[in-house]
Amino acid sequence: MADAATQPAWEAVIGLETHVQLGTDSKIFTAASTTFGDDPNTHIDPVVCGLPGTLPVLNQKVLEYAVKAAMALNLNIAEHSKFDRKQYFYPDLPKNYQISQYDEPIAEEGWIEVEVAEKGKDTYLKTIGIERLHMEEDAGKLVHAGSDRLAGSTHSLVDYNRAGVALAEIVSKPDLRTGREAAEYASEIRRIMRYLGVSDGNMQEGSLRCDVNISVRRGPNAPFGTKVEIKNMNSFSAIQKACEYEIKRQIKAYETGEQIVQETRLWDEGKQLTKSMRSKEGASDYRYFPDPDLGPIEVSADQRESWRAELPELPAVKRHRYADDLGLSQYDARVLTDERPMADYFEAVVGAGADAKLAANWITGDIAAHVNSNRLSYAELPFRPEQLAEMVQLIDGGKISGKIAKEILPELLEKGGSPKAIVDERGLGMISDPAAIEAIVDELLGAHPDEVEAFRGGKTKLQGFFVGQLMKKTGGKADPKLANQILSKKLKG
Amino acid sequence: MDRRDMTISAWRQQLQSGEVSSRELVDQHLKRLESSEPSLNAFVEVTAEKARAEALRIDEARAAGKELGPLGGVPLAIKDNLCTKGVRTTCSSRMLEQFVPPYESTVTERLWQAGGVLVGKTNLDEFAMGGSTETSAFGATQNPWNTAYVPGGSSGGSAAAVAAGSCVASLGSDTGGSIRQPASFCGVVGLKPTYGRVSRWGLVAFASSLDQVGPFAGSVADVAELLQVIAGPDPRDSTCLDASVPDFSAGLNQPIKGLKVGVIKECFDAEGLDAEVKASVQASAAQLEALGAELVEVSCPRFNDGIATYYVIAPSEASANLARYDGVKYGFRAEDAESLAAMTARSRAEGFGAEVQRRILIGTYALSAGYVDAYYKKAQQVRTLIRRDFDAAFQSVDVLLTPTAPSTAFKAGAHADDPLAMYLADLLTIPVNLAGLPAISVPCGFSAAGLPIGMQLIGNVLDEPRLLQVAHQYEQAAQVFASRPEAALVP
Repeated sequence: MADAATQPAWEAVIGLETHVQLGTDSKIFTAASTTFGDDPNTHIDPVVCGLPGTLPVLNQKVLEYAVKAAMALNLNIAEHSKFDRKQYFYPDLPKNYQISQYDEPIAEEGWIEVEVAEKGKDTYLKTIGIERLHMEEDAGKLVHAGSDRLAGSTHSLVDYNRAGVALAEIVSKPDLRTGREAAEYASEIRRIMRYLGVSDGNMQEGSLRCDVNISVRRGPNAPFGTKVEIKNMNSFSAIQKACEYEIKRQIKAYETGEQIVQETRLWDEGKQLTKSMRSKEGASDYRYFPDPDLGPIEVSADQRESWRAELPELPAVKRHRYADDLGLSQYDARVLTDERPMADYFEAVVGAGADAKLAANWITGDIAAHVNSNRLSYAELPFRPEQLAEMVQLIDGGKISGKIAKEILPELLEKGGSPKAIVDERGLGMISDPAAIEAIVDELLGAHPDEVEAFRGGKTKLQGFFVGQLMKKTGGKADPKLANQILSKKLKG
Repeated sequence: MDRRDMTISAWRQQLQSGEVSSRELVDQHLKRLESSEPSLNAFVEVTAEKARAEALRIDEARAAGKELGPLGGVPLAIKDNLCTKGVRTTCSSRMLEQFVPPYESTVTERLWQAGGVLVGKTNLDEFAMGGSTETSAFGATQNPWNTAYVPGGSSGGSAAAVAAGSCVASLGSDTGGSIRQPASFCGVVGLKPTYGRVSRWGLVAFASSLDQVGPFAGSVADVAELLQVIAGPDPRDSTCLDASVPDFSAGLNQPIKGLKVGVIKECFDAEGLDAEVKASVQASAAQLEALGAELVEVSCPRFNDGIATYYVIAPSEASANLARYDGVKYGFRAEDAESLAAMTARSRAEGFGAEVQRRILIGTYALSAGYVDAYYKKAQQVRTLIRRDFDAAFQSVDVLLTPTAPSTAFKAGAHADDPLAMYLADLLTIPVNLAGLPAISVPCGFSAAGLPIGMQLIGNVLDEPRLLQVAHQYEQAAQVFASRPEAALVP
């Protein structure tokens, strides 16, 4: 037996199953609304409730969204696929089977590139394989009285508003190795879905739900360990923490000679730990078979190409372009592309002629702060991209100082308008006439003979005092470079 | 004049000319219904008041010169597994005893739009599972020709109601023979259309890939009229074909000279085929030949594998289709269950009858991990082979001919302890469902005991016009009812 010290280090193997609610107005197999948060059982119809004699008909918008999502994940779209019935009895499932896709999903074999960034560590890129994407219907929701679970409750109420809402289930390959990678992967999936406009990806409302499959092993060549499923994480940070907790728990178990059992565990956000929910030893038999109520799903080559042509530029491509073509830092590229509206805004500013780096600084700084703290959208921000471009150009061209820009910014953010017109109207343009600055400097030196004396006696730090005085006198409009030059010359006598 | 000569088209003329009012026509049928019902139990619910009111409304509309549909004022009965808005739809099951659908099935919606009048919902084997209408939770239906005998099933109520003159025509559903076999047993015409010719929206599912709604009537012409109304694409049913609907009555009077009628060898060699039935159908074949058709013997080697295949596929689909009856949302709920699991289990144990439970168990087994390949998937493969046999046969013939059932109606209770014997009654009809083809049962004679015999004509996909033409030509030439036995309940 190998000595413990020579054994390879522990490695985690993580895969994610992500359920994305597709944001169609109506449900996957019927016209009932998908609106979230209304009174229970107000968005139901005979099909949703599985009444006898009702039949499902596939919502074509769901197919479009699923195919677009699959394309964005670089998956191969199946020309023919089908729906199957996944059977199990539970009251939140009106028909006691879920219409899903089993052995012929709409798309298989894809990948996405994830940028893994963590404080204090080097940022790196990693390609994560994606096994498949399939369409299925969501279940309803049970509300238990007297207990948070079915067991122990005095009675339970069922709300079918969510039943029949379209889901895309995205299954990753077991390519993830750390909690951070898992969180970054999930976050990239969400970002892609939001770019496509196929889902709002709202984790709090359950529009995006991730289940983690995780095991640990002794190094990359060891066989996979026993897999544990973790559910109930409703933020990316929860995904990361749940993985990190579970990795430690499993390693510790192996090192102390305990067994890891195949089971489902729940992440407890309050206690920051995972706890056992149910053992999976008696694996469920879902008795899948093709749903005879729904014909084959066929996507023609023409249809595929027309949907592909509608795909937007995706976040990973944007990140590369911002860094490589626009010369932005990896960090700026990441922040700007996080949400499509911000990226669109940035691109419009650059498109209107602004320097990309300067534009990036303004957008990721003051503008983002304003948009976030006021919960605005970039689309409705009064300060239009071409106006920001004009301001950036005024600074870049030495027409105004950054300080002046900061001064007029709150008004621009509030009401919009032409920065150039404001600068002209209020005479805020930079004083860059050397004669005018010399006159002011002469006046200053005359007014502060003691300080001039001290400076010339060696207290050169006093130049700062004079710069301050000069800016005060000019209302910040003096060209700082020129002012310093003239001051230095005159102070030295 | 035989009652069968009073076709829908004949009634339509009388209604239009004012010789008879819709109210009179409906009353006349309701009267027969009410007098025969105590002996037959063909109906789960009689909607007499509604029918009279509707007939009156139609008479008024006609008097006001309003355009009426082709069925304007014609009394119809509907199998109680077709949803009728506001009218209880029970599937003859305790599970749905109190179920009132908030929607109308596509087929009945089309009938009412065409002016049809509902006289009642007819009895069936529970959830259409059976061949005798004996598994109904509301009592068995009797055969109007002899009430000691079953009417066949599962659409026994719809067949008996037409035979007894309680309605002009009716609708049934056919998953493995549930229209054709009772049509044969009751001496009426019954058609199972091509799978997808007729919408299944509102038909309570038994086996979705096999179920198809179709009409019963006293004549082929009437069956064609009903099919005309109910057929056609429906956006609410993805399996409903997007095929244009031809005029099903247009070609009925075309002679069949030169048409090729395939006689399926395996059907006439089948073990258990009653000698009287065999002789009668062979005589019918001769009659077709006399009309100028050419008889061709064809072989469908997999024909007799139909039953084994069907009894895997149909229960498999049924086990999923019937999972929704759990006592949670609607239907029967067992009282005072101690847990959710117990509520579901007991609701199903108490709400479903024995035959339904048997089929759910068979289907659950056939789809279970470890068995699904050996049963469900294998059955699907055989289904494909059966379909290919038919495809090959239709390369050389226009229609196929078989007996509808291996025997005439059997006595009530005859197969009570032997489900397999009951299943064999569908031997000749089941392969047609597996292949999705249209087929019709036409009366072709009577047994020495005075019970009707039916012959089955099978058509190629969507070839109902040809099927109806051959059936009509045969019916007109054979005049089977000219020498019919006396039966008090059959007018």
